[in-house]
Amino acid sequence: MIGEMKIVFPHFGNYHIPIAKFVEKTLNIKPFLPFAITKKTIELGAKHSPDFVCVPFKYNLGNYIEALENGANVLIQAGGGCRFGYYGELQEEILKNLGYNFKFYKLTARSLDKLAFYKMLKKINPNLSFGKYVYSAYFLYKHVKLLDEIEDYIRKNIGFEVNIGDFEKLEKKFHCEMKVIKKISDIRKISVKYKKLFKNISIKKPKNCLKVGIVGEFYVLIEPFSNYYIERELAKKGIEVKRYINVFYTAFSKDHRFKKRLKRAKPYILDDIGADGVDSVGHALELTKKGYDGIIHIKPFGCTPEINAIPALQNISNDYNIPILYFSVDSQTSETGVKTRLEAFHDMLLMKKKKE
Amino acid sequence: MKNKIKVGIPRGLLYFKYNVLWTSFLEEMGCEIMISPESNKQILEKGAQHSIDESCLSAKIYIGHVDWLRDKVDYLFVPSIASYSKNTQTCSKFYAMPDIVRNTFRDIKVITYKLDIANGKNERDGFIKFGMSINNNLLKVINAYKKAKKKQLEYEKDQHINQDKLLEHTSKLKILIVSHPYNIHDKIIGYPIKEYLNKLDVEVIYADKVNKPKSIEASRNISTDLYWTYNQEIIGALDLYKSKVDGAIFLTTFPCGPDSLVNDLCIRKVKEIPCAYILIDELQGEAGIQTRLESFVDIVLTKKIKNCKKTD
Repeated sequence: MIGEMKIVFPHFGNYHIPIAKFVEKTLNIKPFLPFAITKKTIELGAKHSPDFVCVPFKYNLGNYIEALENGANVLIQAGGGCRFGYYGELQEEILKNLGYNFKFYKLTARSLDKLAFYKMLKKINPNLSFGKYVYSAYFLYKHVKLLDEIEDYIRKNIGFEVNIGDFEKLEKKFHCEMKVIKKISDIRKISVKYKKLFKNISIKKPKNCLKVGIVGEFYVLIEPFSNYYIERELAKKGIEVKRYINVFYTAFSKDHRFKKRLKRAKPYILDDIGADGVDSVGHALELTKKGYDGIIHIKPFGCTPEINAIPALQNISNDYNIPILYFSVDSQTSETGVKTRLEAFHDMLLMKKKKE
Repeated sequence: MKNKIKVGIPRGLLYFKYNVLWTSFLEEMGCEIMISPESNKQILEKGAQHSIDESCLSAKIYIGHVDWLRDKVDYLFVPSIASYSKNTQTCSKFYAMPDIVRNTFRDIKVITYKLDIANGKNERDGFIKFGMSINNNLLKVINAYKKAKKKQLEYEKDQHINQDKLLEHTSKLKILIVSHPYNIHDKIIGYPIKEYLNKLDVEVIYADKVNKPKSIEASRNISTDLYWTYNQEIIGALDLYKSKVDGAIFLTTFPCGPDSLVNDLCIRKVKEIPCAYILIDELQGEAGIQTRLESFVDIVLTKKIKNCKKTD
């Protein structure tokens, strides 16, 4: 039975690499890598989704349908926070109604703690020892950490490369190597190797370059297709980009003592406003105080926690005189509108900087 | 003797659930209460003007009520309700509302109480903390809460007992409205629909006037993973009432987060009775909805007549 299992999970930035490794290590199955998101994915997803559900739901559903069409039979969905925690049940129902045959696993924070997760994995792979599970989890941790560190460096510097395309080429190479490593010591090795290689790429960074921070909702920040490759666009204009939210932050390093995170957002937010809303406000305030030139806020259309955060963001923008650009993304796939707005934002930032 | 402080309660969102509790508590505490009037066009307009355009219609109306009250009262009462048990929660709008109001109108003084059982904040403590900020007399606060809570429970009990009686005795066509109380009982969202259904000689049954613990239990028959308490209550009512009513109408406001998923799931799973799905936004014309209601009532009626013939 296990040999026939074809596991798939939604596509999600570059994180399919560490997750696939984790699945492979714990379950002894090579998972089915999710296909990169295309226009077809979102069209399929939007067609079968409720009208005004937030857009990650549509992307995930599109991923599942494409994978099922290609023979996958075990689907995995995570969950937690806001509406995301309820995705699984409805997606399962929609796919069942479409006539597919599959098994659906929901890994919501509500139903699983760390030990329950192990038990679930053990059900699928009875040979999994607890030691192996802990090792794999640690491997995952290291893997994600490295991936995010490299991405952070790229984000900061890609706009200033001397030979256009250097960063992208090296990143691809890096991903390829990530896919074949086996041990934790390997991670250390490629970490040293690639950090050096990335540092060796020649960049020409002016001292007072424009710096923009990106805040907003988790999925659309991380999956570049869903935010119209906004970071790439910013890089083309020679802007340094800062983004706090990534998987490493959310899963491991985020301060789970809520009060500490809340403190960052004071005095604008005094209490929880749902999911990552407090973080959006807190990070925006931090970016402002660090002297960033502008902030971009991205969310899926209708994302309630982020909508709750917007009045506070507007106040920050007024009080500190910092421009904030708001994007609301949905299943629309035209990049032109986004590009135009980014251009105007860029011009405005330049003018503002000159004046000062 | 100090002057009485004047507290404003916006007639929106959870007011339709907790009006008895809130008003009687504040009265016991010796506050002067001002409740904003029934929603009207002006309130909606003001609300839409001050809200983020992607907020749900219900929240926009709430902001409109806040706007109506803001220069008429000393304090604005905006509670923050996050969860009723360990593994459930409410829509984030309900616990973010004090912050939204504070950031939208920066001159307002907001008073609030917090209910978040998942994080160990129960209603009684919330009210005591809230009451102490008004009046230093602990005994008085506790008594006020006890009295108010008792009244609220009685009110809720009356509501579902009356509805159950109505269900048994009426011979009219019965249609269940599956909707949050702040939608169906609002003057501009639900009221026209209620009126029109009455005009079509339909007995309207409300999903929010149900025995709450029972309906939360029953909601598990439709959805096992659901964790929004308010949605559990109303879809549980659907499960409890589905054998007693002839049809159900899902009424929701655009773009309600929880409803977008839960209603879709319900429509996929509940096949026993005809269901209609009505989505309302701020630009709604009445004629379109009336046509839809009429044709839905026709369908329900035809089905009922058919069923009657079969059993004969």
